[in-house]
Amino acid sequence: MHERGQSHIAIRGVTKRFAIGDGEVEALGRIDANIERGQFVCLIGASGCGKTTMLRIIAGFEEPSTGEVLVDGKQITAPGSDRGMVFQDYALFPWMTVRQNIGFGPRQRRLARSDVDAITDELVRLVGLEHAGRRYPSQLSGGMKQRVAIARVLANNANVLLMDEPFGALDALTREQLQHELLQIWARTRVTVIFVTHSVEEAALLADRVLVMSAGPGHIDTDIAIELPRPRDVSSPEFNAVRRDLARRLTTHMTRSRDLEPADAA
Amino acid sequence: MSEQVTILPEATQPSIDQTPAAVRRRGRLLERLRTAALGVGFPLLLIALWDRAVAISGTRLVPSPRDVGVMMYDFSFGGIYDDAFSGTILTHVWKSMTRVYGGFFLAALIGIPLGLMIGRIRILRQLLDPTINLLRPIPVTAWLPLSMIFFGLGPNAAIFLVFLGAFYPILLNTIFGVRSVDVRLFEAAAMLGCSGSGMFRQVVFPASLPAIFSGLRIAHGFAWILIVVGEMTGVPTGLGSVIMDGRTLSRTDLVVTGMIVIGVCGFVTDRLIVIISNRVLKWSPQHHA
Repeated sequence: MHERGQSHIAIRGVTKRFAIGDGEVEALGRIDANIERGQFVCLIGASGCGKTTMLRIIAGFEEPSTGEVLVDGKQITAPGSDRGMVFQDYALFPWMTVRQNIGFGPRQRRLARSDVDAITDELVRLVGLEHAGRRYPSQLSGGMKQRVAIARVLANNANVLLMDEPFGALDALTREQLQHELLQIWARTRVTVIFVTHSVEEAALLADRVLVMSAGPGHIDTDIAIELPRPRDVSSPEFNAVRRDLARRLTTHMTRSRDLEPADAA
Repeated sequence: MSEQVTILPEATQPSIDQTPAAVRRRGRLLERLRTAALGVGFPLLLIALWDRAVAISGTRLVPSPRDVGVMMYDFSFGGIYDDAFSGTILTHVWKSMTRVYGGFFLAALIGIPLGLMIGRIRILRQLLDPTINLLRPIPVTAWLPLSMIFFGLGPNAAIFLVFLGAFYPILLNTIFGVRSVDVRLFEAAAMLGCSGSGMFRQVVFPASLPAIFSGLRIAHGFAWILIVVGEMTGVPTGLGSVIMDGRTLSRTDLVVTGMIVIGVCGFVTDRLIVIISNRVLKWSPQHHA
């Protein structure tokens, strides 16, 4: 299906400017990155650093001002079912039941009804919502809604999961459980994940690789691989070391972008 | 627009041997009776005041509730006056309904798809929005002469007038509904492979349904209001024409009878719309009337 060594997602010289009133805002400076197939990448940074914009460009919701994003070597021009976005506010179709939401993508592909049902059954099971299949989104908790949102993009054979602070609106316990479930789903499906967060802890727990972004205009400051074995023990000294390192880099960049001065050598 | 039935704690008077469920059931029943008693009681009070006012003033221009009651009986079953109106209620109700619903469904048939497109397609909005807002303030009655020229004397002119009155609320509510849908839903649909007409059918339309239904409900009320104007266009049957005849013949009992029948028809059919809308919008928690 794909050549070995070719990166799954290639971001090449991407910049983005938004027109605001009469002026222009430079949201993304110049982003270059290669993301390998099956990698779990976290984009982390303070608000306004352009991480969501970057994600939306990969999704095809926004066009880059210059540069291009290639997925499997093909340039992205529009949203496509190979890249599934999971929004922080879920964006489920409120008039559809859980099962209908999950079956939406397969229905767009005009699959036979029995096939749509089979795919839906499988995904409802994968995210553990067998008991809630006939419920409407308004009858679900936040955690259940986000499970439906994940199942909905996987039902469409997405091999890239784009997640925009997906667990940001959830309470701490639900968030922990969903992080755990996401890792299991990722291990089982081997999809490529690009996960936007502003939580150092979350990035350290989930990612193979963390891209630290900062603003003014948005760019990638640091590219760190996290090589801790999984499942990760959040109370281990190794995990703490990674978290501290990430936090230090993040705050350094934040102070620097705020003061527009080079940081002291740490 | 919607009434909410709240169960007040003082409506239940628990006795010791009753289970909580039974108490709750009894509380609900009492509350329903109360709602019904208040809802029916107020019109009865108005009728009593009307009766007294007619009796005290001694007017002969306004019929008493009793006169109207007799007229209503004759209009429904005949056997009292035995004139052109005796026992004809069903014919008139039926004729008026064909015009009310002819105009109403025509308005929905054109207004909903047009509204969906105007709401979603910018160039269409730029093209049509000023015209719509220019035509909208023109009273339907002002169209009466023109509609009689276009459609002649007869039911088509009446249907056209009802259509005009029902069209704008449906159109504007549909546009509003589309405009207020969360953009992310369209993004989510696009990313799942939905586009073109599928987007209208599967996302834009259902997402706008709550607003469309409030438009339909307002338009349905207007349609019944306009039936009298519509039937001024010289049609021989229909509740509007009965009222017009009553006016020409100075038979106010007939006029009031026609008014009451229109009121009851509008009330019953409005309840039907509420029931349908609650069923269709059962997914929407804030839309239960």
